Amino acid sequence: MKKMKSVYLLAVMSLILVFAAACGNKSEDGAAGGGDLSGKIKIDGSSTVFPIMEAVSEEFQAANPDVQAPVGVSGSGGGFEKFVRGELDLSNASRPIKEEEKTAAKEKGIEFTEFELAKDGLSVVVSKDNDFIDHLTVEELRKMWLEDGKVKTWKDIRPEWPAEKIEFFSPGTDSGTYDYWNEVILEEKPMRRDAQLSEDDNVLVQGVTGSENAIGFFGYAYYQANKDKLKAVPIDGGNGPVEPTAETIESGEYAPLSRPLFTYTNNKSVKDNEAVYEYMKFALENAGELASSDTIGYVSLPKEKYEEQLKKLDELAGK
Amino acid sequence: MGLINKESVKKKMGSRVAANGFAKFLFILATSFSLIVLGVLIYRILVEGLPYLSLDFITNFASRMPERAGIWAALVGTIWIMAVTAPVSFILGVGTAIYLEEYAKKNAFTKFVQVNIANLAGVPSIVFGLLGLTIFVRLAGLGSSVLAGGLTMSLLILPVIVVASQEAIRTVPREIREASFGMGATKWQTIRRIVFPAALPGILTGTILALSRAVGETAPLLVLGALAYVAFVPENLLSQFTVLPIQLYNWTSRPQEDFHMLAASGIIILLIILLIMNSIAVYIRNKFHKRF
Repeated sequence: MKKMKSVYLLAVMSLILVFAAACGNKSEDGAAGGGDLSGKIKIDGSSTVFPIMEAVSEEFQAANPDVQAPVGVSGSGGGFEKFVRGELDLSNASRPIKEEEKTAAKEKGIEFTEFELAKDGLSVVVSKDNDFIDHLTVEELRKMWLEDGKVKTWKDIRPEWPAEKIEFFSPGTDSGTYDYWNEVILEEKPMRRDAQLSEDDNVLVQGVTGSENAIGFFGYAYYQANKDKLKAVPIDGGNGPVEPTAETIESGEYAPLSRPLFTYTNNKSVKDNEAVYEYMKFALENAGELASSDTIGYVSLPKEKYEEQLKKLDELAGK
Repeated sequence: MGLINKESVKKKMGSRVAANGFAKFLFILATSFSLIVLGVLIYRILVEGLPYLSLDFITNFASRMPERAGIWAALVGTIWIMAVTAPVSFILGVGTAIYLEEYAKKNAFTKFVQVNIANLAGVPSIVFGLLGLTIFVRLAGLGSSVLAGGLTMSLLILPVIVVASQEAIRTVPREIREASFGMGATKWQTIRRIVFPAALPGILTGTILALSRAVGETAPLLVLGALAYVAFVPENLLSQFTVLPIQLYNWTSRPQEDFHMLAASGIIILLIILLIMNSIAVYIRNKFHKRF
């Protein structure tokens, strides 16, 4: 019997410990801070947009400690699925809202507004050891990525290039990056099946780094963080080859692979919840600078673009 | 003479010894393969993770600046989830096991339930996430809260706990039950005072191992709508939360090297938590193990 008791004791003690550890943090949280603003903001959506919103939330909460603005990463589609049910104040997306999502929102009586936070430039990359590739046209990209079996080696694209088999790396089908590529380069036709797909862009970076004959594409941030190992291929969209840089992406010169990053606001939240309005205002004022910082690696929009959107926000809130 | 043909024994000896040596080599290879992989993994994580590991790393919230980033919200979130999951899954799991082993009649229905429980243990965790999203988050209206997350995790590990508890209860010898009945004890008295204490080490070991699995799960909680950037710790059961594996996943998928190192530091913390939990399991098994 004695042993039995000590087992109970142990079990109870460990439970109490766990609870105590969990509850012990209450007091810290209640500490009052500077701003008078308080409330909760529900933000979810694209994992591509996440780093920007994380930065905005971090800075906004530093200024307004009583506001809670956590950010989720359900993906663009997952975010919209919750957004159209009215479960979110802001839904981040690396692609514009789709027709069926618009219809779903309408059915639930959700009115929303699109805001552009920053830009990303899909970078087409090859290994540093690849010395023959100087640029690719959009037409060539389409030809090599399409599932029609015509391109196997570099020679199939341009006769002067070596007859080495090309290895293809692409983001996974769940990502907004894939969707965007599919739309602008492949024009909704199927991608070649021998391409290696991964949901983790770091895997793509490794794949392309590892082989002289590999080619892949992903967000500008991943290229920037691995500039020493990768070579970005200048893309010719009809006006001569353009390399992805902060300037060419911002100006839109890097076309058609500059893509906008969005957040969608629920109009009702902006009107009724002061915290959401202030948060969005803060986001539009600071997103450019935050997004283009080294630890995030996207590209700011032109200043006027943010000012325009700030006006749009004020109109929405009736201010 | 004649029983053993020494000639043929001698002839085969060489190949038998060789086969023996080959088998040994094969098994050493199998063992060392996993050990080497584990070793390389731990070495890499320590090399990448130690530079960022500090008290600040534990007590800071996540941040866009790697040098300011920490895991406080995720760590406390994980503890909260465990605080819900542990009691719920223990009580339901052990209760089910006792019913199935001690009370339920051995008929087709019981067998059906039994088979289903065993199958549930193999269902991918993301399915439990979808179940939790539908039932706890939406139908029960709990939102993406600690409570919804903890309950979903309980469902996820329940089958494992039930099976482990059943095994433990089954190992209690029939003789001591019968002795208990012989002394005039009722069924409930026997279960409470004889069977349960004797089975407890096995039950607790199974429970803690199942909980360790829950600590490392990401997918079901992501589906539920657990967050990735949280700059507060949960205040109550209905607060929103994040957990360690989500924070780690998020960091490893970032392009910048520094975040990968942060993830490695987080993995060290997660490993320490798992090691502690598993040591508790081993300790309990050794301390309370009774032989009959």
